[in-house]
Amino acid sequence: MDTPIKVAESKTVVKQASRTHKKLKNALTIGAFVAPAIIIYAVYVLFPIISTLMYSFYKWDGMGVGVFIGLQNYVDLFKDAIFWRALTNNTWVVLTSVFAQIPLGLIMALMLFAPIKGIKFFSSVYFFPFLMSTVAIGLLWVLMFDPINGIINSIINLFGVENISWLSETNTALFAVLLVIVWQFAPFYMILFKAAIVGIPDELYEAAEIDGANPFQKFFHITLPLLMPTIVSSSILAIVGSLKAFDIFYIMTGGGPNHGTELLGTYMFKQAFINFNMGYASAIAFVMFFLALAVTIIIQVMDHLRKKKGAYGV
Amino acid sequence: MTLGFKKIPLYIIAVMLLVFTGFPFIYMISTSLKSRSQFFEEPFALFSSFNLENFQSVFEMGLTRYFLNSILVSIVAVFVVMIVAALASYPLSRMKFKLNKVLFLLFISGMMLPIHATLIPIFKLTQSMGIFDTVWALLGPYIAFSLPISIFILTQFMQEIPKSLEEAAKMDGCNHFGIFWRVILPMLTPALMTVLIYNFIHLWNEFIFALVLISSPENMTLPLGLQDFKGEFSVNIPGLMAALTLASLPILVVYLFSQEKVVKGLAGGAVKG
Repeated sequence: MDTPIKVAESKTVVKQASRTHKKLKNALTIGAFVAPAIIIYAVYVLFPIISTLMYSFYKWDGMGVGVFIGLQNYVDLFKDAIFWRALTNNTWVVLTSVFAQIPLGLIMALMLFAPIKGIKFFSSVYFFPFLMSTVAIGLLWVLMFDPINGIINSIINLFGVENISWLSETNTALFAVLLVIVWQFAPFYMILFKAAIVGIPDELYEAAEIDGANPFQKFFHITLPLLMPTIVSSSILAIVGSLKAFDIFYIMTGGGPNHGTELLGTYMFKQAFINFNMGYASAIAFVMFFLALAVTIIIQVMDHLRKKKGAYGV
Repeated sequence: MTLGFKKIPLYIIAVMLLVFTGFPFIYMISTSLKSRSQFFEEPFALFSSFNLENFQSVFEMGLTRYFLNSILVSIVAVFVVMIVAALASYPLSRMKFKLNKVLFLLFISGMMLPIHATLIPIFKLTQSMGIFDTVWALLGPYIAFSLPISIFILTQFMQEIPKSLEEAAKMDGCNHFGIFWRVILPMLTPALMTVLIYNFIHLWNEFIFALVLISSPENMTLPLGLQDFKGEFSVNIPGLMAALTLASLPILVVYLFSQEKVVKGLAGGAVKG
């Protein structure tokens, strides 16, 4: 016998059931869309990071099972002079990126708006280096830096400077590779700045002109402040990219001479795939991951605060 | 934008930058056209000869194989990335659910990730899958590491497609797959082009995974093959330069034919519009 109350109850039950049914269906739909990406990403990105952390607690040559040694790899790492050397060199890459690549990229971008003929041709060529593979760039510049057959030495000879064996002396090798990095990546920042400059309204310059502003005043009071957000985001890309640097150093110097151009990336690679100190290499790799994560979080928090304050008016 | 600097200094700066960025290419091409003896006689003379022998010998040494491997792995990976990333971007940009933000952040943070942090586990994984030292070993990592930027570009683009189109399709009885296939995907072409160009250039030039996962010459991709050439060509610099010229050519040709697209594509998600 159905009392009215029971009927009402069963109705809500049905309603709830159909709502959970709908929810489940929705979840399944979302799952189907996202699943392929999640599976690939988990297998090749997320699990490997966790495994790297696990491996870093072991002494392990890559074969069989390693020996658990707790934090010993990290203790050794922080006492390892080469590790600190590598970290210093990574910092040099960061500084070069922020204080040489980005300004040069900005100058190149400004040139694209200069009232001179053939600017289309100029801009096409300016972008070339960024398209070339790092391996090709490395091999090309190794030849250009060659002590005997290299064109760089023949240029400095013109100024009466003696031949320098650029890549085989500790103090010049780092400089040489950093120069190549500037060459390769300045065009990338050029593109970022170009897009931002296009967005600056012409009226601002016209108004400044009426007020009698000179070119430098226009640059420092209009262009530069309005490019600030782009400068910030470029710096983020430069810093994070610098922590990951590997290819060009591996090709040009292999981290040498005498660890003069060693980076965290090259040192990790050597420990893992040449010395087969997989546990120790994992510790280096995890430090790299941690640094990238820390930098990202710090910048995100700073960016958040900046946006809250509404700085730069953009 | 006109700052109003004087013209002659502007030309000087423009030409200096032109020499700085362009000269290495001229030098590379010019050297690749010399014979070995010509190179040792006058290493710095530009375009003093037009000798195509080096290009022939580079092909004879197996550059074709590297080319084919690179084309195969880049195209397959980019194709899979376009599909997988487009699918994932749809709910991430257009559906409300609890884990949405977390998932999105998880994918996007991959852009900041140093590859080194995954290198040893992927090396071990590839060995246990039995595909170590084959071109297929590169597919998984290439797809996975292309997903973050691709999902970023596609979600940004999808957010701007008006909801009304979707609702009209819903009225007609379309489910989410129908909406994705008939409404979203056709409008996605420009963003997919960006994804295609960005990933293709990056994967074409990728080095470290190839270095770790491939060891036999017949399975090498172009960047790894070039690195391998370095040893064999240590006495034949014009030959090496010919190999570098050939390896750089495809991307440069693509660039010259569709500059705007390539530039936009490479600036990727960093530049909007």
